[in-house]
Amino acid sequence: MATADHPAIRIQGLRKRYGTGETAVDALKGVDMTVGHGEVVGLIGPSGSGKSTLLKCLGAVIEPTGGRMEIAGEAVYDEGWRIDDLRALRRDRIGFIFQAPYLISFLDVTDNVALLPMLAGVGNAQARSRARELLAALDVAHRASAQVSQLSGGEQQRVAIARALANRPPVILADEPTAPLDSVRALTVVRILNDMAVQFQAAIIVVTHDEKIIPTFRRIYHIRDGRTHEEAGEGRAP
Amino acid sequence: MINLAGRDILHGWGKFAFTGIGLGLLIGVTLSMAGIYRGMVEDATVLIEGSGADLWIVQQGTLGPYAEPSSLRDDVDRSIAGLPGVAQTGNVAYLTMQASHGGTESRVMLVGFERGRPGEPAFLVAGRPVSRSHYEAVADEKAGFRVGERVRIRRHEYEVVGLTRRMVSASGDPMVFVPLKDAQEVQFLKDNDALVNERARTAANPSFNRPGVPGLLEAVQASQAQSRQVNSVLVRVAEGADPEDVAAGIRRWKRLQAYTKAQMDEILVAKLIATSSRQIGMFLVILSVVSAAIVAFIIYTLTVNKVREIAVLKLIGATNATIGGMILQQALGLGVIGFVVGRFVAGLWAPVFPKYVLLLPGDALRGFALVMAICSLASVVAIRAALRVDPAEAIGG
Ligand SMILES: Nc1ncnc2c1ncn2[C@@H]1O[C@H](COP(=O)(O)OP(=O)(O)O)[C@@H](O)[C@H]1O
Ligand SMILES: [Mg+2]
Repeated sequence: MATADHPAIRIQGLRKRYGTGETAVDALKGVDMTVGHGEVVGLIGPSGSGKSTLLKCLGAVIEPTGGRMEIAGEAVYDEGWRIDDLRALRRDRIGFIFQAPYLISFLDVTDNVALLPMLAGVGNAQARSRARELLAALDVAHRASAQVSQLSGGEQQRVAIARALANRPPVILADEPTAPLDSVRALTVVRILNDMAVQFQAAIIVVTHDEKIIPTFRRIYHIRDGRTHEEAGEGRAP
Repeated sequence: MINLAGRDILHGWGKFAFTGIGLGLLIGVTLSMAGIYRGMVEDATVLIEGSGADLWIVQQGTLGPYAEPSSLRDDVDRSIAGLPGVAQTGNVAYLTMQASHGGTESRVMLVGFERGRPGEPAFLVAGRPVSRSHYEAVADEKAGFRVGERVRIRRHEYEVVGLTRRMVSASGDPMVFVPLKDAQEVQFLKDNDALVNERARTAANPSFNRPGVPGLLEAVQASQAQSRQVNSVLVRVAEGADPEDVAAGIRRWKRLQAYTKAQMDEILVAKLIATSSRQIGMFLVILSVVSAAIVAFIIYTLTVNKVREIAVLKLIGATNATIGGMILQQALGLGVIGFVVGRFVAGLWAPVFPKYVLLLPGDALRGFALVMAICSLASVVAIRAALRVDPAEAIGG
């Protein structure tokens, strides 16, 4: 795939309308966004502005009504057309990090991470060794065979980040990843995301309200009433 | 790929073990019910085989001697013995009654038989056969008697001289074999007052009490005091004779009903056990429904408690087949635990049942297939719920 020549993700004129006729809601009215490999951007906006809708379109769980989206140069949506297998796209090309870690409680730490390559058809042994590498990169290698319930909240969040990276996706979507954390922990998570973006050459889009971390972004997309406005951030080191 | 169902079961093994054991007890009861039915059929077969007879001669128009009362004079056997194809005959009397020993009462089937003839106990597991012509008994070991013990039946005490095995009536009562004369006496035994009254009435009747015929009154009174009736005549047919032909001859010439082994088997299984088997069938249906409800409920609950995890699994690319398969395997896993526990407890408590419980491997196999089918069916609701989970739910609104 032409990773170097294309941005990790590019959307142009993305629109989403919920419902039809009188009661239709235009949640996205033409969103443009381009994020390069290794870049972390913030996505902020007031409640009801369309953040969740955009995240769901980017995450390929709802289909936009119009506009274009491509991941690493490959079209995903194009004015009503879409690629066949959105499920495989989510598995292979997009990583997800949520407000809570949402780990699979009945799998141990390694298998929570290894599950993704396994779902993509990688053999168990190889998937687990990849998982252990990622856990080491996130400083939780020592918890590799622990049960999820034995981890602290911070450790769980690191495992969740390792999981998002497991299939080396070009795009990672983070939905309020620091909301429940105090400022030290929140900044730690942002530092990890920045490191990982560089290390794995992924584009990370962070949806957030969190005043503590907003100054860390170099670029911020403001979304208001279904439209985005790009703005330079302070880019302070977390 | 790892087995998600197996991991979830191991993770929540307490829940699964608890539910599996509960389900297992139900399955155990179900297997035992089937075993009781098989035991009844087996008892009937042993009853027929153990009698040593090829034909049962009973009162015309009856399904005797086990399924209906039948009464014959005890001298018809002599005329049957003379028929072609008949090797040996034996009079038998069957009476269900209470026996008491050591202060406890138990229900037994008293069998009056003639020594050395069809109808005597097939084999002994302890003691010796009846050798005196009165007041000795051979009992089925299920009666709980011991050799040498004295058992009271009505007015008389019997000495238990031998024990036999697997000789029970069609309703499961252990058999107690006594000489035919004793059984006849018990069956028609009048109490002392009735006896005195009847003697007086006979003595007052001038046609019996004739001064010119000495001994007549005594003979009449003696005949009144004893019974000349039996319930059935068992026939062993001669080598080479067709039991069906011999039976046809007896029916034609003696105005009696004659049943072959196959017919007797049909009477016992199709007529006598039929009601019980329908009853057991009902129980099997109810237990199946209850098991299905339990499995459905627990699997549904486990699934609903995992909605968030299922949404995450779908979001990260798990297929519907993976998720549906996980739930189906959990239901089947529960069924396997339940079946293993059920088969184990059924074997454990079978000897404690008062009735013979025969656990056939074929029934266990059918039971296993049924459990798997029920579990698959029960998982449908949970699978539907899981497939409706939207991966978007993992992303906050
Ligand atoms: N499933 C839906 N059906 C109809 N309208 C919706 C739905 N989801 C969101 N909306 C509407 O779309 C707009 C944007 O919502 P949302 O994307 O959730 O914004 P945010 O996450 O920024 O609060 C809101 O007006 C909301 O009411
Ligand atoms: Mg929202």
